[in-house]
Amino acid sequence: MSTSPVTSSALRTNRMGRGEGLAAAGAGVILTGVAFWLTPLQGRADFLVVAYLAGVAAYLVGAARLEGRRSVVDRLAAVLMVTAVGICLLALGSVLVYTAARGVKALDWYFFTHSMNGVGPRDDAGGAYHAIIGTLEQVLLAALISVPAGLLIAIYLTEYGRGRLASLVRTVIDVMVGIPSIVAGLFIYAFWVLGLDRGFSGLAAALALSILMLPIVVRSAEEMIKLVPAALREASYALGIPRWRTILRVVLPTASAGITTGVMLAVARVTGETAPLLLTAFGFDSIRNDPFSGPQSSLPLFVFSQASSAFSTAVDRAWAGALTLIAVVLLLTVAARLVTRRNRLV
Amino acid sequence: MFRYVTAAVAATVLVVLLAMTTFLLVQAWPAVRTAGGDFLTERQWFPDATPARFGIAALLWGTLLTSVQALVVAVPVAIGSALYVTEYARPAVGRWIGYLVDVLAAVPSVVYGLWGLLFLVPRMVPLQRFLADHLGFLPFFRNPDDIYGKSVFAASVVLALMILPIVAAVSREVFRQVPRDLREASLALGATRWEMIRTSVLPASRSGVVGAVILGLGRALGETIAVALVLASTFDIDLRILEPGGNTIAANIATKFGEAGEIGRSALIASGLVLFAITLAATVAARGVIRRTGVVGRP
Repeated sequence: MSTSPVTSSALRTNRMGRGEGLAAAGAGVILTGVAFWLTPLQGRADFLVVAYLAGVAAYLVGAARLEGRRSVVDRLAAVLMVTAVGICLLALGSVLVYTAARGVKALDWYFFTHSMNGVGPRDDAGGAYHAIIGTLEQVLLAALISVPAGLLIAIYLTEYGRGRLASLVRTVIDVMVGIPSIVAGLFIYAFWVLGLDRGFSGLAAALALSILMLPIVVRSAEEMIKLVPAALREASYALGIPRWRTILRVVLPTASAGITTGVMLAVARVTGETAPLLLTAFGFDSIRNDPFSGPQSSLPLFVFSQASSAFSTAVDRAWAGALTLIAVVLLLTVAARLVTRRNRLV
Repeated sequence: MFRYVTAAVAATVLVVLLAMTTFLLVQAWPAVRTAGGDFLTERQWFPDATPARFGIAALLWGTLLTSVQALVVAVPVAIGSALYVTEYARPAVGRWIGYLVDVLAAVPSVVYGLWGLLFLVPRMVPLQRFLADHLGFLPFFRNPDDIYGKSVFAASVVLALMILPIVAAVSREVFRQVPRDLREASLALGATRWEMIRTSVLPASRSGVVGAVILGLGRALGETIAVALVLASTFDIDLRILEPGGNTIAANIATKFGEAGEIGRSALIASGLVLFAITLAATVAARGVIRRTGVVGRP
């Protein structure tokens, strides 16, 4: 904020500068340190909490002395908001760093090339090869089902959809966004595994995942198609090109970057899903390359089953699996953002 | 022609969903018939015993308790960080914080479960002991056995982290939609930044924030794996959140599915239907509230 040339000192009150604020907060922290040194108070976590509180208190007292009551409330609100951001970042950092630190221990070539066939929870052997195969096949199948269907539905809703069917479809897609992933698993379990008597399989898992993917794909594709400028379509119509060709050759290519982002985010989301797979793929310790019959494992299921064990060798495998999973999901998420950068529409 | 292809696919999705719902109801029926009215009032879960004794009373209670508590933890943090991003931070900084909070949403729930079980639960024991020792006179902080570990409290902190990004993201959108004029009007009247937020931003975005919170609630109600890993499954109905124990409908499905017999699986499907109904109500309520504000919440 620039200082006004008008001499209106009555409107400007004393301000606590950044230096004074930092000095006050620092004094609070140092006092806490002295208190922990001289009194029976101890513990690193306790120190951090008390130092934080003392620093904030000292900062606010400084504000009260220099600026008055309204400003104290204002600065307290700002401190609380910064704290909220701090909590978010701290939690994120803690999850990522701890998973990475624990995960690298059991993560080696062996882990990626061996299955859990015949490996007991206490054996220092076994890997996630079978689970990685399972995840790849299930997510690929889910994408093959939900991406074309999602795109066609998005085209229907944006280009053609009017009347009862369209509003019904919109409502159902809205509802699908909120379906808990375990319920999606139950749907496929009741319908495919029990009802049609197909049994557990990678395909059943893919069907459950596509229930979760479909609404995300539809939503993002819809948004992107809506952003395509009308002038482009009109130019195409003016050349005598029918509507369906315009949609396929002009609208979709223009929106493709945004649609790709949506699809990648959807893939990232379902790659980490565990609950529906429990009811559909069920889990399996050996390598099964055929996703169409018989139970299959997947990376999240692998982590879940190893994590449920009490033995440290199994838990190490769980961390290694978790690190692999997190790396895949984050890479997909970041890649999706990079695609957005190249998007000509946003 | 193409038009009818797209319409047919859209219609197929509707038919498939309808078919699945029908199958779900059919598969749930044997358990509901076995349990009768007890299904809503019974606490125990022994569907495969003879005579079968099972019901969702304790599970429903646990689901609501963990979810509400997760909201208590997550909502202030989410709204605080959203306000920081929209009202305090420079745009570039705000965008980065937004990205990072979104990364929290990308972390798979099984990783949260693992982290919660092995990192957070042991580190939260001192805090829980502190709360029980000093605030134990409050009914929900009572812990007469003095044993700490996989409690509802710990589970709801994990849940809170998982719903934080959705509440923060929707709140951010809602705050951004508040017209600039409102902000400038109150600043011009001499309001401090907080007074501006309190008198202009928050009232204008109230219903949108409510929608965001309900959306978060829907997420918390249905979360399965993280809760299944962090909670010790018990079937009590009480408020004592620091005691080891607790359970939710979703977590119960995940932990009991492998060992369940015929009636057991039917009972799990029936409990899933109840969960579906609750989350459906939450989603519809959230959509309704958010639609009214003109911000369409992202999935």
